Amino acid sequence: MTTTLTTKDTPVTAERGNAAARARRLRGLGMALLGWTVALLIFFPIFWMIVTGFKTEAEAIAEPSLIFTPTLESYAEVQERADYVKFAWNSVVVAFGSTLLALLIAIPSAYSMAFLPTRRTKGTLLWMLSTKMLPPVGVLVPIYLLFRDLGLLDTLTGLTIVYMLMNLPIVVWMLYTFFKDLPRDILEAGRMDGASTLQEIGYLLLPLTLPGIASTGLLSVILSWNESFWSLNLTTSQAAPLTAYIASFSSPEGLFWAKLSAASTMAIAPILVFGWLTQKQMVRGLTFGAVK
Amino acid sequence: MQRHRLLPLVAATALGATAAQAETITVATVNNNDMVIMQGLTEAFEKAHPDITLDWVVLEENVLRQRMTTDIATEGGQFDVMTIGSYEAPIWAERGWLEPLDDLPASYQVEDLLKPVRDGLSHDGTLHALPFYAESSMMYYRRDLFEQAGIEMSEQPTWSEVREWAGKLHDPDNEVAGICLRGKPGWGENMAFVSTLVNTYGGRWFDMDWNPEIDSDAWQEAISFYVDLLNDYGPSGASSNGFNENLALFSRGNCAMWVDATSAAGKLFNADESQVADQLGFAPAPVAETPKGSHWLWSWALAIPSSSESPEAAKTFIQWATSQEYVELVGEREGWTSVPPGTRESTYADERYQQAAPFADFVVEAIRDADPLDSTLDPNPYVGVQFVGIPEFQSIGTQVGQMIASALTGETSVEQALQAAQRATERTMQRSGYLD
Repeated sequence: MTTTLTTKDTPVTAERGNAAARARRLRGLGMALLGWTVALLIFFPIFWMIVTGFKTEAEAIAEPSLIFTPTLESYAEVQERADYVKFAWNSVVVAFGSTLLALLIAIPSAYSMAFLPTRRTKGTLLWMLSTKMLPPVGVLVPIYLLFRDLGLLDTLTGLTIVYMLMNLPIVVWMLYTFFKDLPRDILEAGRMDGASTLQEIGYLLLPLTLPGIASTGLLSVILSWNESFWSLNLTTSQAAPLTAYIASFSSPEGLFWAKLSAASTMAIAPILVFGWLTQKQMVRGLTFGAVK
Repeated sequence: MQRHRLLPLVAATALGATAAQAETITVATVNNNDMVIMQGLTEAFEKAHPDITLDWVVLEENVLRQRMTTDIATEGGQFDVMTIGSYEAPIWAERGWLEPLDDLPASYQVEDLLKPVRDGLSHDGTLHALPFYAESSMMYYRRDLFEQAGIEMSEQPTWSEVREWAGKLHDPDNEVAGICLRGKPGWGENMAFVSTLVNTYGGRWFDMDWNPEIDSDAWQEAISFYVDLLNDYGPSGASSNGFNENLALFSRGNCAMWVDATSAAGKLFNADESQVADQLGFAPAPVAETPKGSHWLWSWALAIPSSSESPEAAKTFIQWATSQEYVELVGEREGWTSVPPGTRESTYADERYQQAAPFADFVVEAIRDADPLDSTLDPNPYVGVQFVGIPEFQSIGTQVGQMIASALTGETSVEQALQAAQRATERTMQRSGYLD
């Protein structure tokens, strides 16, 4: 009887097990396919831009094709017409400068909101975020006048301040979320050992939430690097970053796609490499506390 | 010996001091080929004027316009020289935003500038910008295809002839469209062409009391003709084709006819850029009911904002960049087809230019013949052939352009599009105080 049962049950169980494994594999394969499709869709415009940069102007506007003789013609012309290094340096200064400034202001703010909340904390956070909903052009004239009077037009200092203000709500929000996930007991233990607020932040909070801070900083750098509205409106020649560099290759008369693609490839290359090198930290930071 | 050693040091210090004293002027411009050439000649200018250095800001046309408007309206003083069009020049001059150019030296030969171009950049009879290059519109066609089809180009083609020819030449199997025209929405894109078409069909944007006339019979007839012509014999996706796209299509041999800016002639005639250079034919822009306003007038000009801190240095630069001397310089260095067209009588009298550019006569005649002060069959209250010289026109033109593009794609009927455009324009004119 037992033997009969065993012989009868084993194939069924094994079959069920196999079916489950097959389903899992299929699900895995499906997810992988979906992931690849989404990734390719997102990457395709970048890929096409890079490819177009190596075409001639005539090829760039002809029927889309991947068969062509690559040329560095557009890169040479782009190099000849504008000082890439100067624009790139301006981008680096404002992107990293504004991020550093934003972190310096946002860390104490987020600390106070996460660990010493008041009745108005939630409202303040929402209000901060709501400023992001205002189209920037709505405040262009007041900011332009302010910058004119303060002598900040076309200066790296001016652009750094604007970028810092632009990213501050997001930086505070992200840091607030990361800080909230940290058990309060750890900070209290520090306080009981006699740590001051600054020591609490410096020795406990920052090291424990470093992945979160790093990913917030990286996001802020990327947002600043890609920003174009303020850079086009507040700079002319001295403080113009790479977004202004790209804009200078678009033309209402004549062909420009290949040159524009070459300039865009050169403009995104540093941030692409930077993002690639730091993707581990970024993913770690963005998923920080997610599986607590 | 000691003194000899010191001499180079003293000289270098003196040179350094001169360089340090050089006044820097910021020039805002667009990325058009003629402006790129001007940028490339920076060294020549600085060599001739060692006390002035040039700083360039090159931006996309719409971004540049927005950027300059903000700066000039707030007196930001970020630019010393601005590249503006004949649309902005009188409007900005009226507001006192531009330096008047009423003290140009005799050597500049202001009378040598083509009169319609000069008038278009003046306010109250005073020039406020100097023309860098100017254009009208004309027809380009493929001589080989015309010959094969047994068609002879008229001296002054009409739109009904063009429709008939387009039908004969349309050959989608061989990727040749009978005709290419602008379809991309925008006041400076499809509406530049559409306005000239409406003009020649006897229509106008506004009557003498600023009442819009977009729902008039003339508009209805012109737009229906345009939509049918492009849908029947135009290239696929015509509603997204602007100047650049049509230029690429025509140079690749995908259009039998194209009506657009005269500034394309040099590019189409250049065998390095165009596959149809040896088969290129020119004709005046087609007409319908009236020749008035059948071809446009546009110029890119250099102006000095009143907020500039270096107006004298800026004046020196714009005089140089729009002078006969500059035309000579470009002709010698870049070739005579590359000289900025449409600004000076002397350019068209120059044999070297006439030999290099067989289209020169068409261009100069089209420009001379365009009259921004009298561009429609019935009188109108505005200045401009393909635009209306009021600040509200940018928004009106672009909005109407979008509605006409939707009629072209078949999203709405021509009648619906024109009625919607009429209502929208009426609202804008009421809000702006032109209408009660």
